[in-house]
Order: sequence, then C-alpha cells, then structure tokens
Amino acid sequence: MDIFYNWFRELYEATGINLPIFYNTFDRERFFSGLMMTIYLSAVSLIASVVIGVVGAWLQGSKLVWTRRIVQVYIQFFRNTPPLVQMYFFYFGLSALLPTFENEYGFQQPILGAFAWACISLSFFAGAFNVEIFRSGIEAVPETTREAAESLGYSRLGAYIHVILPLAFRVCLPALNNNLVNLVKTTTLAYAIAVPELLYVSGQIWSDYANVPEMMTVLLLIYVGLVGILVMSMNRWERAMRLPGYGT
Amino acid sequence: MSTANWTDDQPIVSLKDVHKSFGDFEVLKGISFDVKKGEVVCIIGPSGSGKSTLIRCINALTEINSGSIKVEGIEVNDPNLDKLELRKRVGMVFQQYNLFPHRTAIQNVMMAPVQVLKQPKQEVEERAYALMKKVRLDGKEHSYPGELSGGQQQRVAIARSLAMNPQVMLFDEVTAALDPETVKEVLATIKDLAQDGMTCMLVTHEMGFAKEVADHMYFTDQGVIVEDGPPAEFFANPRDERTQKFLGQII
Repeated sequence: MDIFYNWFRELYEATGINLPIFYNTFDRERFFSGLMMTIYLSAVSLIASVVIGVVGAWLQGSKLVWTRRIVQVYIQFFRNTPPLVQMYFFYFGLSALLPTFENEYGFQQPILGAFAWACISLSFFAGAFNVEIFRSGIEAVPETTREAAESLGYSRLGAYIHVILPLAFRVCLPALNNNLVNLVKTTTLAYAIAVPELLYVSGQIWSDYANVPEMMTVLLLIYVGLVGILVMSMNRWERAMRLPGYGT
Repeated sequence: MSTANWTDDQPIVSLKDVHKSFGDFEVLKGISFDVKKGEVVCIIGPSGSGKSTLIRCINALTEINSGSIKVEGIEVNDPNLDKLELRKRVGMVFQQYNLFPHRTAIQNVMMAPVQVLKQPKQEVEERAYALMKKVRLDGKEHSYPGELSGGQQQRVAIARSLAMNPQVMLFDEVTAALDPETVKEVLATIKDLAQDGMTCMLVTHEMGFAKEVADHMYFTDQGVIVEDGPPAEFFANPRDERTQKFLGQII
C-alpha cells in the first residue's frame, strides 16, 4: 500500500499533479470520511425516499378526499421548489422553530443537526418524485388484477402489498432508477449546510493545497463510479425481477 | 352476521328485485331468483344484457342500487357488509383469468389462504397440490402464469378460487378468451366441480355445455330474466320470442 501512496508523492514531485488524498494520511482519512458520508447520506435518503414513495402512492389511492389533497400538496411543494431552497428552509427555517436542548458544554443545541436535516430534506425531495413514479406503476396494473385480489378476500392494503406493489415496482423501476441517480447527485447540496460530505471535504482539501483541477477530476470520477454502481445494481435487480412471459 | 339463521335447505344464493344502473343506463331492472345448494345455474343472453354485472353483484364487486342479494344469509347490499365473510363463501373466476403474474401457479393458489385467511402454510400447500392435480395441472406447479396457455391459466384460476373453500363458484364467461381447443379442458374442470356438488353460477356462451351441466337455465335480455327452466325444456321449447330468436342465432 505504501508503494501505491508513495507513487502519488513521486507523481507530484515529477509532474506537479498534486493528490494529497493518497500520500498524506490526514487528507486521505479526511477524504475517505467524506466519501463515507456521501454514501451514508445517499443510502439513508434513498431508502427513506422509496418508503415515502410507496406510502404516498398508497395514500393517493385513498377514499378520503383530504388525504389525497395533502399528498398532492406535498408533491407540488417539493417538486416545484429548488432542492437547495428546501434544504435551507429545513435547516435554517424549520430548525429555528423547533425546541433546543442544552449540550454538555452548556450551549443551546438544536435537536437535529445538519446531517439529519440533509437526510430529511433530500428524502422529501426525492420522495415527492417517487410518489408520482409509483403512481404511474400502480396505474399500469390492470383493474381486473385488483378485482381478482379483491374477490379472493384481500383488503385494499393487502392487495396493495401482495399484488399491486410487486407488479407496479416492475413497471416503474426504470423511472425510479433515474430518480435515485438524481438523488445521489443531489446529496452534494448538503455542502451548503456544512455536512462534511465528499464535495465539502474536497473543498477543504483544495483550499489547503490549491489543487482544484486535480480534486475536481477525482470528485467527478468518484461520482461516475458511485452512480455507476447504483445503476448496475438497479439493472441487476430489474433483471432478477423480470417475469417469464410477462411484459417485454 | 346473520348466517346463524341460515340453514342448508334454504337457497344458498337469493336475489330479490335487484336493480343496478350505470349512470342513466339501467343494466338490471329487477332480477329475482334463488339458487339451491349444489345447483348448477347457467345464465345466457345477448351481450349487454347484464349477465356479467349480475354475477359481479353477487360477490360485491359491483354495488347494487336496490333490492337484496343474500349469500348463505349474508345480505350483500348492506353498507356494513363484512366483505371477507362474503368472499370466503363466494369464489369467482374471470374471463381474463387474472392470475398474479409475479407468482408461480402454486403460489397463486396458496397466496390468499395463507395471507388472507392466515391458514398454516403447510396445510395450504398440501391442499394446493391436490387442487392442481384436480384441475389436471400437476407438474405445472412452478410455472409462472406467463409460461402457461390460456386454458391452463384459467384452470389455475379455478384452483386458486377453490383453495378458499368457497360454497358458491361464479364463472364469468370463463372460456370467452380461450382458443377452441383449450375451451374443452376448462369446461371439463368445471364439469368435475359440478359433479362434486359445488354450487356453480355460470355466465356462458357455450350452449352445448350449458345443456349438459346446468340444472337450471336463465335467459336475460335488457336487464330482466325473460325465461328460465330446466335445460331440456328450455332448449327444446323456448316459450318467449326473444329466447327463440337468441337460441336460433346461436345454435
């Protein structure tokens, strides 16, 4: 490993291409923690946004007018406003309205930190799109399939969980795929509320070394890789869920 | 539920003055008849005469506007109807089979008893294999619906309904979407059921089959029952002009 790290030091000395994230232990750890933070943030908001999508799409089919209206307002609000403004709204706006508690140093501390707000904000943002994506999938399930489930005694929720959702999922996976890719990229907005994710730590590093072009390149390549892994696993999942003699 | 009052010698399905409209269009204009336990009833009539609507009303897939439908004493036209209690008693098979395409044949049969009725999985599995054999599909248990022919899918759908141990089976033009050669296998399955004493109500265009299995025939036209009777008499000497005309066109 040391040979690998030293190679980057030699590279810097020979060419001027400066990548301290490899040869400097402190920067390496700093960068790695940023990468982990990005993955963690992506994973949490990815799962939460899918849950919001599934639940929201279910509520959208409710018999109660007000339930449907609330879901509709939620979608309109989060789809029609910029995600950065939403994040500011949560972190600076909503957070200020919530109670604080006294921390170990005797300061007043908000109950939720930047990371939590970033997760909440990103999940709601992507969740709004996911509701619409799942709705399109649900609408693709034939009414007669629903009736078959109903006549076998399934309740509306039972039919949704056991019959409609599994079928809707298969229909909407490509669209869901796109939205989740966008979500992973949107995690960089957490930079704005000082969540130490990949972009944030990279910013710290290039302020220290003035190696903006190198860091930018690394950053882009890492996102290509991250999104690539996500897309690959989604595609694999899509193939695994393909049904013989059904759909395409 | 009011089933406590119901006894075996009363009609298992009882319709009284059933009315149903879709918007301004009245599909059912006062239908009344009874079906006894173990009876096989065939409903025939021109398309648009309300046959399918009638059969869908019996398991509450379509709500009626007025009148009464009772299944084993359960009033279907009751706002507080316990739908599960009704659907445990009434099995339904559709024209388009409507199998769940993401589950194998045997899973389709097992799903509802396990997930809805919460019966032990092992017990249901044994029953499901037996049912697959009964509909002559042993060996196809692990095929997905997409890998089966229309006739095979329809027989899985019949097995799936039977797995709920219903008291009445409703068949809504179950052979209408099938190739002529697969119609036979499905009809043979229904015939087996009828001979086992299952109460069956069929909406069908298969006159030969109706003649063979039915205990009682009903002919509907424009939302009313025009004529009914035992098949021998019904087919040999139709009294009403509309029945005569319809049978003349079909046979």
